[in-house]
Amino acid sequence: MSSGAPAAQHVPSLPERVRAATGETVFQCYQCGKCAAGCPLAAEMDYTPNQILRLLQLDLPAMEDEALRALSIWLCLTCETCAARCPQEVDLPKIMDYLRQESRRRGLVHPKARDILAFYESLLASVRKGGRLHEVGLVASYKLKTGHLFQDVLLTPRLLQRGKLSLRPHTVADKDAVRRIFERCNAAAAAPEHKADHA
Amino acid sequence: MPRIGVFICHCGENIGATVDAAAVAKAAAELPGVVHAVDYKYMCSDPGQNLIKEAIREKRLTGVVVGACSPRMHEPTFRRACAEAGLNPFLCEMANLREHCSWVHEKLPETTEKAIDLVRVMVEKVKRNRPLLPINVPITKTALVLGGGIAGIQAALDIANAGHPVILVEREASIGGHMAQLSETFPTLDCSQCILTPRMVEVAQHPNIRLYTYSELESLEGFIGNFKAVIRKKARGIDETTCTGCGACIQKCPTKKIPSEFNARLGHRTAIYVPFPQAVPNKPVIDRAHCTYYRTGKCKLCERVCPTKALRYDQEDLLVEVAVGAVVVATGYEVKGTDFFPEYGYGRYPDVITGLQFERLASASGPTLGAIRRPSDGKEPETVVFIACAGSRDPAKGLHYCSKICCMYTAKHAMLYKHKVHHGRAFVFYMDIRAGGKMYEEFVRRAIEEDHVSYIRGRVSRIYEKNGKLIVKGVDTLLNSRPVEIEADLVVLATAMVPQPDAEALAQKMKISYDGDRFFNEAHPKLRPVEMNTAGIFVAGACQAPKDIPETVAQASGAASKVIGLFSKDELSREPVVAVVNRTAPPMFSTCVGCFLCETACPYRAIEREEIKDRNGNVLKTVAWINQGVCQGCGTCVALCRSKSIDLQGFTNEQVFAELVAL
Amino acid sequence: MKLGYFPGCSLESSAREYKESLQAIAPLLDLELCEVADWNCCGATAAHSVNRKLALALPARTLALAERAGFDELLVPCSACFSRLAATRRDLLADESLRQEITSIIELDYVGSTKVVSVVDVLSRALPTVRAKTIAPFAHKVACYYGCYLTRPASLTTCVRPEDPQEMEAIAAAAGATPVDWAFKVECCGAALSVSRTATVAELAGRIVADAAERGAEALVVACPLCHTNLDLRRPAIERHRGASYALPVLYITQLVGLALGLAGRTLGLHRHHVPVRLAACAAAPAAPAAAPKEN
Repeated sequence: MSSGAPAAQHVPSLPERVRAATGETVFQCYQCGKCAAGCPLAAEMDYTPNQILRLLQLDLPAMEDEALRALSIWLCLTCETCAARCPQEVDLPKIMDYLRQESRRRGLVHPKARDILAFYESLLASVRKGGRLHEVGLVASYKLKTGHLFQDVLLTPRLLQRGKLSLRPHTVADKDAVRRIFERCNAAAAAPEHKADHA
Repeated sequence: MPRIGVFICHCGENIGATVDAAAVAKAAAELPGVVHAVDYKYMCSDPGQNLIKEAIREKRLTGVVVGACSPRMHEPTFRRACAEAGLNPFLCEMANLREHCSWVHEKLPETTEKAIDLVRVMVEKVKRNRPLLPINVPITKTALVLGGGIAGIQAALDIANAGHPVILVEREASIGGHMAQLSETFPTLDCSQCILTPRMVEVAQHPNIRLYTYSELESLEGFIGNFKAVIRKKARGIDETTCTGCGACIQKCPTKKIPSEFNARLGHRTAIYVPFPQAVPNKPVIDRAHCTYYRTGKCKLCERVCPTKALRYDQEDLLVEVAVGAVVVATGYEVKGTDFFPEYGYGRYPDVITGLQFERLASASGPTLGAIRRPSDGKEPETVVFIACAGSRDPAKGLHYCSKICCMYTAKHAMLYKHKVHHGRAFVFYMDIRAGGKMYEEFVRRAIEEDHVSYIRGRVSRIYEKNGKLIVKGVDTLLNSRPVEIEADLVVLATAMVPQPDAEALAQKMKISYDGDRFFNEAHPKLRPVEMNTAGIFVAGACQAPKDIPETVAQASGAASKVIGLFSKDELSREPVVAVVNRTAPPMFSTCVGCFLCETACPYRAIEREEIKDRNGNVLKTVAWINQGVCQGCGTCVALCRSKSIDLQGFTNEQVFAELVAL
Repeated sequence: MKLGYFPGCSLESSAREYKESLQAIAPLLDLELCEVADWNCCGATAAHSVNRKLALALPARTLALAERAGFDELLVPCSACFSRLAATRRDLLADESLRQEITSIIELDYVGSTKVVSVVDVLSRALPTVRAKTIAPFAHKVACYYGCYLTRPASLTTCVRPEDPQEMEAIAAAAGATPVDWAFKVECCGAALSVSRTATVAELAGRIVADAAERGAEALVVACPLCHTNLDLRRPAIERHRGASYALPVLYITQLVGLALGLAGRTLGLHRHHVPVRLAACAAAPAAPAAAPKEN
């Protein structure tokens, strides 16, 4: 039955996008709350893990926004306790990863999570430079990014004394290879309106 | 000369809106062999059927084709009409112009063309139809009931009260099943044993019921109306005719610490034992795996104290062969244990128990005589946490289904606890409350509103033990998914209802079908809940799917009514659509070469070997023979037979090829 | 037995004693640890939180290098690295187009032939040797702490009872220790929030230390650098948060085994811990003041 008019563009719904990115079906969750019951950080979260999933299930634009702006997704430790106990075998950690990536890509990171993200970005910046983590560099970068200049300052002398902090970074030999990996992965994840997407 | 009548139905708008029925009738009139062709609005109605009958009589029809709905719908209707007009019913066929044509196509000229094709094909078939007579099979009017729980008891009593002999086989030493273990039943809080034991006694005393306890089905052969069952009567170790059930042996038995199955392993029993005081029959059984005499050759204390010398240590299992006409499977269920749950302690915490164990605590005949006590230290618990859906509705643990009864018995347990420990606190962690039966919702509300049981909507992530308490870490999804931690003295898990561990083996033995969860399959999920796909075998109770006592009793009576209906005739009339191995004159006797591939392939084990002998008894040839009482007409053997020696009555090779050629 | 070996970033600095103790006991257990040349950081929690491809590519490079060197097995002592590498291997083996994409990103072939194993896996296999060579049985009560990644997710880990594992207990027992039964074996310590959310770590790690102490453990035993940091280095934060002091030290499983095999505490890096490892006095003593500076 061709009539000449083009078929309407199908805009993937949020559940469909989650499924495409992670393979998980958000509707499998029947909101039993067992994840929240076992989550080490549930008490500090604005939305418990099942509530984040509820926002995705309802598939309304405002709720997608709320999920991406939530503090919970950044507090999530990826400890895998929820996935281990979920009766419906929902891989919540995988969904959380996707939400973190989307949240950052769209610039919706919760203000209180900015230091957590800063830590990750500092870590990856250090790895990008040398292929291996330079802890002193990481902490320095983190402090500059977050302004937590005096955090753990008392620990530093002790760590140095015990040989647990190297002032010199350890690096890989083939630093260029690592740099190219970062560039390619950042390109793969890039989106039109991204801010500082490169790690 | 064939004289075929064709009757095209409009089926109101169902066919008429898409297919030009009048045109089909007109085209049918032109087909070779057709002497009468009409169309009508509703062929299955009385006037419609009269059209057929009159035409048969007036036009002396030799065959009838009705172009209408699916034969699964109205073939019996039209065949009956033909029979009433004097035409053999198997000379009537239907062309499916509805499900196969009008319902699956748009209104186009091609659709009517297809309808005409379908009619033509059936006309060609009918020309080659032969009159067939129903097959009559004798019926043995004795029923076999497997399982002596409430389902088996109900079915046995119903059939026995209708005047037929019943053989009731129960695996345990006593009938009663799980219902005997319950303390009180929802929604009335009737004492379970009080309502059950009268039935148990009735079974034992009924003149029509032969009760085999401590027995199992060894084998089942045959077909509907004509089964042969072998029952293994396991050796009890006592002579039941001389034993009076005085119990002296039980009192003296030195082996007293065997975990009691009846008390769900919360109490102990002796090696020679009766499962519970109200057991029927009240005759003990020796558990040879634990009895000192059988293990070491020493003891025999029971023999010394038995006043009637009833002990028979050398007794062996007895195999009893019985002929029955119908079987009712009522083998019941099992509950999963607490070791099923890693996050609740892997079964290591004695104070984390199952619902069935809680029943035994609450029961007046239980290990604590009805007092709610912690298994670990015998103290009365001040805080009890009940966890619903412990295993059911849990694909991660392998069980997708809902066990149906747990919401109700959890409410019941919480209420029983509150009635016995007034100051105690009861918490129920739930996902949903399923209370759909009569007075069920009211029952749960009573627990919440009158007995102040705290229902928390959310699940428990884990339980661990600390300083003698059980720390329960749950959540309340109605309170913004706030984590809730309760220090409990006792935790009751509403564990899943699962089939017996050997359900699969039994199903294989009986050739009945079962599903992925090993529940036995009914013939149709909506309309045939008590029959099975194997003719003559019926199902009742939790072995078919989780259910409560009222449903079990209803289903058991339903199964019994099917058996009684079957036994109401002296002979069973079967459709003659069965396979037949050809026979011809000597010296060939049959084109069958005796390869017996058909015997292996037949899903119903309907094929046997027949020896063709001469007058002196010498075997000339062994050929296949199909038992018309068992054959379901599937046609597998027909397709498989390499010498084309088997044909299916009503769907002969000739008929089928004629249909294909006509297309 | 020759094993590929991927120390990971923390073993080079903040978890230096884990590396020292592992390398000290390896020859005694007939293990030859062959460090994968030019290994790179696995990306830890940071990579999978911000970039999916990066989270696969970084571990994949190390896995590919190990495969190229021909190792059947790759020992990954850090539990987080272990999880990342094992997950990468699983995901790439399950999705062919993904594997091709990642191999082109890392410019290396990878077919997944090298299996990823943890220190607990390797020590579990060596139980008879540990028992046979124990000359100074570690006769103390220990609470074995697994954290998250040794038992979860079940598709990547080998512990038989994920909620109540016994593998580390078996190793400790083989070395003469008495494992205690306790309730926080697999509860998360706070992991990667060690720096950005120290208060959270104080709460979570605090519960772990408190339960172990209450059950009578004289030491905690771990197999992960981040767990060690949260339970050891963050002890002052824990003590402040809970308003109590806890003296029990945190040992790596490799250090426990090393002591049982007769190696000196210094060789095993015990002096690098924040909470002093003074075992006989542990049960009764209050938290010790900062130890006098020792040479590296």
